[in-house]
Amino acid sequence: MKRVLMICAIITVLTTVGIVWVLFSESYTFFQHVSIWDFLTDTEWSPLSTNKHFGILPLLSGTLLVTAISMSIAVPMGIIIAIYLSEYAPKKFRYYIKPLLEILASIPTVVYGFFALTVVTPFLQNYIPNLAGFNALSAGLVMGIMIIPMISSLSEDALYAVPKSLREGAYGMGSTRLQTSFNVILPAASSGIIVSIILAFARAVGETMIVTVAAGNMANLTADPRETVATITAFIVNMSSGDVQQDSIEYQTIFAAGVTLFVFTFILNSVSFYIKKRFQEKYD
Amino acid sequence: MTSADKNRIKDKAFEYVGMACTFFGLFMLVIFLGDILMTGIEKIDMDFLSNFPSSRARKAGIYPAWTGTLWILGLTAIIAIPIGIAAGIYFEEYAKKSKMANFLEINLANLAGVPSIIYGLLGLQIFVRTLNFGTSLLSGACTLALLILPVIIVSTREALKAVPDSIRQASYGMGANTWQTIWHQVLPASAGGIITGIILAISRAIGETAPLIVVGAATFITNVPDSPMSDYTVLPMQIYSWIGMPDKEFAKSAAAGIIVLLLITFVLNGIAVFLRNRWQKKVKW
Amino acid sequence: MEKLSIKEKKLEAINLNVFYGAKQVLKDVNIAIKANTVTAFIGPSGCGKSTFLRTFNRMNDYVEGFRKEGDIIVDGKDIYQKMIRVEELRKKIGMVFQKPNPFPKSIFENVAYGLKIQGIKNKKLIEETVEKSLKQSALWDEVKDDLKKSALSLSGGQQQRLCIARALALEPSILLMDEPASALDPISTAKIEDLIWELKQKYTIVIVTHNMQQAGRISDNTAFFYMGDLVEYDETKKIFTNPEKERTQNYITGRFG
Repeated sequence: MKRVLMICAIITVLTTVGIVWVLFSESYTFFQHVSIWDFLTDTEWSPLSTNKHFGILPLLSGTLLVTAISMSIAVPMGIIIAIYLSEYAPKKFRYYIKPLLEILASIPTVVYGFFALTVVTPFLQNYIPNLAGFNALSAGLVMGIMIIPMISSLSEDALYAVPKSLREGAYGMGSTRLQTSFNVILPAASSGIIVSIILAFARAVGETMIVTVAAGNMANLTADPRETVATITAFIVNMSSGDVQQDSIEYQTIFAAGVTLFVFTFILNSVSFYIKKRFQEKYD
Repeated sequence: MTSADKNRIKDKAFEYVGMACTFFGLFMLVIFLGDILMTGIEKIDMDFLSNFPSSRARKAGIYPAWTGTLWILGLTAIIAIPIGIAAGIYFEEYAKKSKMANFLEINLANLAGVPSIIYGLLGLQIFVRTLNFGTSLLSGACTLALLILPVIIVSTREALKAVPDSIRQASYGMGANTWQTIWHQVLPASAGGIITGIILAISRAIGETAPLIVVGAATFITNVPDSPMSDYTVLPMQIYSWIGMPDKEFAKSAAAGIIVLLLITFVLNGIAVFLRNRWQKKVKW
Repeated sequence: MEKLSIKEKKLEAINLNVFYGAKQVLKDVNIAIKANTVTAFIGPSGCGKSTFLRTFNRMNDYVEGFRKEGDIIVDGKDIYQKMIRVEELRKKIGMVFQKPNPFPKSIFENVAYGLKIQGIKNKKLIEETVEKSLKQSALWDEVKDDLKKSALSLSGGQQQRLCIARALALEPSILLMDEPASALDPISTAKIEDLIWELKQKYTIVIVTHNMQQAGRISDNTAFFYMGDLVEYDETKKIFTNPEKERTQNYITGRFG
């Protein structure tokens, strides 16, 4: 019986091996046609036009732009909500509000995309005249709302795990709740909060449907959130749903883009895993 | 004003900011659901559920989409649940504290963080092309099964971890071996937690769109799947393709599709929360 | 026990009843504590002595379901009145807890914390206060060369003296100690006890303790609590040699608790 169970566990290893093998073998063929240097430095991405360019920078900048917008919403709001729920709110309130907020994270992302495209963009266009129909701003804002509960839930767990004695020490010296939260509790829970931010960041980088639906599909090296952009994920979706010849260079670009995304999120996940392990040892 | 007064005001101010942020999240949720309901509710009727998609928005329905979703969920569950539970048991009950266990652990943590679209690429190369399943339900289900496997494994482990060691020791004390102990004692005691985790994993699979686009779920289909090798579409896929239509009327169809999708998601999540609460109340160690 | 004049009373509880939800944890407690004395609260666990200690700086405020009747008077003022600023109150009343709880910061920052949260930025004043407080808590000689080191690197006994220094930096007039030596080894405990003896000159000290020998060694007066009742309150000598109540006698001689 142990054997059978072990084989099932090994499937998880095979999945990783499969991902790495698929991504790297297909990209290997890709990089025989395009030099890694061009891939990393060319500022244009146009695999389908006659004058082909394969610079990942525009896709990367699109990804990072949307991610930055979403994080600038989700990180402050998520942490403030976490502090409020853990240090201020009555227990009952926390008990009911936390699952309600988590509903936000359970909504399928294509739904968020629809919302960004049909509600947020038209609404923002009233105030921002040059806002394109597909734009990084709406996608980023809506993604930020989706990510709030990820940060607030994990951070709240970290804050809540700070020993009560530290809280009492601070209160006993006449600290307000605000001073206790920011001077004592937040620093003590910092590793848990950093983990939640990194995981949210990785999630934002890999998020696909919101950006595909609402940010557009135009590789665009820009930092202007009003413009249409393409993220790595949106490119993969659009390319693989089109009619592209298999084993063509265009087809392989999907995997080259995929490898970039994978390496990026792999690093983020590894860092968060490392911090989490160290953090656990500290509190045991 | 003394510094103590200032501190007090800041403290109160933060309390209101915190409350505002919390309610902002909930407020967006309400706007969100409200807007989608207002847009889509008029579309929902028996025709919508029983019609095929159409190039004319008024006649377009989600019959193949929801049947496809049911098919793919069924297949995904058949593949992922036994493997996930078995792997979870191995992780928690057998592979403790070896080098191998440590490696499996890191690997699992990483898999859980791989973006879903990467699973799509894996499925495209392995299931669609190498194993030649084509753009069938089977390819989609295998891909989704790999995607939710880490979720099931992690929640199975959590549930097993919650079973106190005294139960295991009591069973060993009666002369049971490891597997008998797991099968007769540990699994029944942790069933509630495991089922909760499975439901949450399935509800995640329902909403997945990106990996299915990559492994070739159809955007327009005129028949209902009748075997694992059929071509298919799923609800979120149908919604996605309607969102992309220039005709505004299709936005209503998309919203209506979203209502159905959210209904299924929320019902599943609700069942999971209900089970979790019941299970936590009933089982007190 | 001598009757105290109004001026001599530093701390006072009048007809105090405390409830957590439906459960009553203190029953009609009356006590008056004289300035510059050490008062020990003793009694079996769950008798309400810690809860009582914590009413003097309102640390129970955040406990869910906490409710009280009667009055707590500190320096002649009812501290549960609406106009009282609880933060100000706690600056006047230092507290030391059962388990050493230094903040995860440097030694220096731990002691300077109280000044910083009051918005004091004068570096020289802060440095002087830190030195003075560490000297008062008899820790200065051990840590003066590594004030920048993390407070968590200190031993348990040192951490507890750091927590005392942290409280003293605010120049309180009252020190509340909730079993301050229960988590420490005998040598550290002796150091803390010596310290309490010295601090008595400047501070009014109330100490909750499990350890009856300790109460006997360091306190002037002792209050014995049992199941929410203040059974007996008198000079320590009297309580330990010739208590009036039988229950006190039984507890002191170790027949229960």
